[in-house]
Amino acid sequence: MTKVRNNHAWWLILPMLLLVAFSAIIPLMTVVNYSVQDVFDANTRFFTGTEWFREMLNDPALQAAVLRQFAFSLTVLAIEVPLGIGIALLMPKKGWQASAVLILVTMPLLIPWNVVGSIWQIFTRGDIGLMGWSLRELGYGYNITASPVDAWATIILMDVWHWTPLIALLCYSGLRSIPDAYYQAARIDRASQWSVFRYIQLPKLTNVLVIGVLLRFMHSFMIYAEPFVLTGGGPGSSTTFLSQSLTTMAIGQQDLGPSAAFSLIYFLIILLVSWVFYTAIMNMQKDKPDGGV
Amino acid sequence: MSLILENIDRLVGGETYINDVSLELQPGSFNALLGRTLSGKTSLMRLMAGLDAPTRGRVWMNGEDVTGRSVRKRNVSMVYQQFINYPNLSVYDNIASPLRLARVKRREIDRRVREIAEMLHIAPFLDRLPLELSGGQQQRTAMGRALVKDADIILFDEPLVNLDYKLREEFRDELRAVFAERNCIAVYATTEPAEALALGGNSAVLHEGRLVQYGRTEEVYHRPRTILSAEMFSEPPINIIDGCVSGTEVTFDSGWHFPLDDDLRALPAGEYRFGVRASHISLTPQAGDDIEMRMSVDLAEISGSETFLHVHNERVHLTVHLAGVHEFCVDAPVTLYVPTHKVYVFDREGAVVHIPSHLGGI
Repeated sequence: MTKVRNNHAWWLILPMLLLVAFSAIIPLMTVVNYSVQDVFDANTRFFTGTEWFREMLNDPALQAAVLRQFAFSLTVLAIEVPLGIGIALLMPKKGWQASAVLILVTMPLLIPWNVVGSIWQIFTRGDIGLMGWSLRELGYGYNITASPVDAWATIILMDVWHWTPLIALLCYSGLRSIPDAYYQAARIDRASQWSVFRYIQLPKLTNVLVIGVLLRFMHSFMIYAEPFVLTGGGPGSSTTFLSQSLTTMAIGQQDLGPSAAFSLIYFLIILLVSWVFYTAIMNMQKDKPDGGV
Repeated sequence: MSLILENIDRLVGGETYINDVSLELQPGSFNALLGRTLSGKTSLMRLMAGLDAPTRGRVWMNGEDVTGRSVRKRNVSMVYQQFINYPNLSVYDNIASPLRLARVKRREIDRRVREIAEMLHIAPFLDRLPLELSGGQQQRTAMGRALVKDADIILFDEPLVNLDYKLREEFRDELRAVFAERNCIAVYATTEPAEALALGGNSAVLHEGRLVQYGRTEEVYHRPRTILSAEMFSEPPINIIDGCVSGTEVTFDSGWHFPLDDDLRALPAGEYRFGVRASHISLTPQAGDDIEMRMSVDLAEISGSETFLHVHNERVHLTVHLAGVHEFCVDAPVTLYVPTHKVYVFDREGAVVHIPSHLGGI
């Protein structure tokens, strides 16, 4: 019997190819195109090679923004992950309380980014905002438009409020998937609460935590709307994160070449860090813990 | 170390899980808990372990009342149907974990872990993680954790269900050997009569939360006190045929008459239910006292090297357990022989009134 060769199957992947081309490849190539040219108008453009990239990498303002971005992402991760796990552990497991708490916890996730910014903007106002007014009444000269510390603390608090529920929900679902027999077995072994957490719950949570940490990292690295609405990047440039620098450059100043180069660098940073994260966590899982209960 | 359950009830949300169970387990005994799904096996084990407290009744351990005492303060261990191990601890650390919690000396831990691992044939895998092992090895690890700490009671909750049958046979043999040398109480829940019989020791038959019968396993099998017990303890279940005794004759529902044999003559007249084990019915006459029955075939199930033949006539359905592989056509007529000297007789309420004399009579 001869094998019938039929290449029609290629047609099946065509829609996918088109979709990816329009959603990712073409926009990305446009950016690449801009990043190596100096564009004056539709007809006047010069090839610049790697000049924009070199310029961007040496720009102190952008370097500062990158550091700020890392500081922000790491801080929120360091707070949100343990806090999320803690909340998940405390959430009731069944009955109407479980549904009620679940809804309450999920609430912040349903609010759009810029609305979150607006809510906190009002919340922190010294004259009418609950938090701003209270802190001032308590004698603390709270002012996010003047004090970088206040601005930072507020943005981190806002992000924690907005996104810890995501980690909590992921962990909650992870915890629910642990069969009751594990807890029973631990009770029979007379294991302590801490041992139950360390040797049963945490290992079972690793998979959802990998996803949670990755999502939160990428998310926080791209944060834009909330600080834009809340502080506008100020005071000074103390809360200007990467996405905002980029927007200012591309939309505000119409510097298409540099901002295209910068976009690519930004993209590569996220890609690189996510990859490092993922690989590190996956390797950690493979390593055996040193044991002991 | 003896365990006594005294009139135990357990109700959960208005539903009765365990209904007035009294049971006395002796030190060094191996006890099978036999019952179908939802018969209360797991609930009873949880009560024995102290994971749950009974709603009514008392639990005594070694003469001491431990009714309300939590599992943390008792010395028990349990093996589950699922393979429960600490996922990120090595097999060695898994087995060692109960000893570490009990603050046993390091060298002693090492000795006992290796001894148990040797016994359970997992010594080569001590450095691996549980999930890197096969199902059988994972369950051996879980058993190692249960066996290593010299518990007073070891509970097995259908530990072999998720393993293939070859492994189960191996396991059963090993288990008996392991417990032969121990002085603890072993309780082993199973849905399969064959498993209880293979394990020996004692058996407790549970049905809908009640204890139907408890005794030595062969005793429970050969001398069931009720129809329920006889049904639960044979696979396929014992065949029940209703009949009426008058004088020296029995009339079955289907209209047949048979003279009663010597053994059964003593039965006073009245209605009875006759029990015949599926394996006692044969295709050829075996003794002079056989009842001959003409039936037609519903279905022949071939399982391994055995055949389960389902037959019926106008009134009765019977299941016949034949050795060897036999093929039958559906609706084919078949003549079966039932040896009357192997027949059990129960009264209308299900209590046994006659046990075959070669098994000791009533």
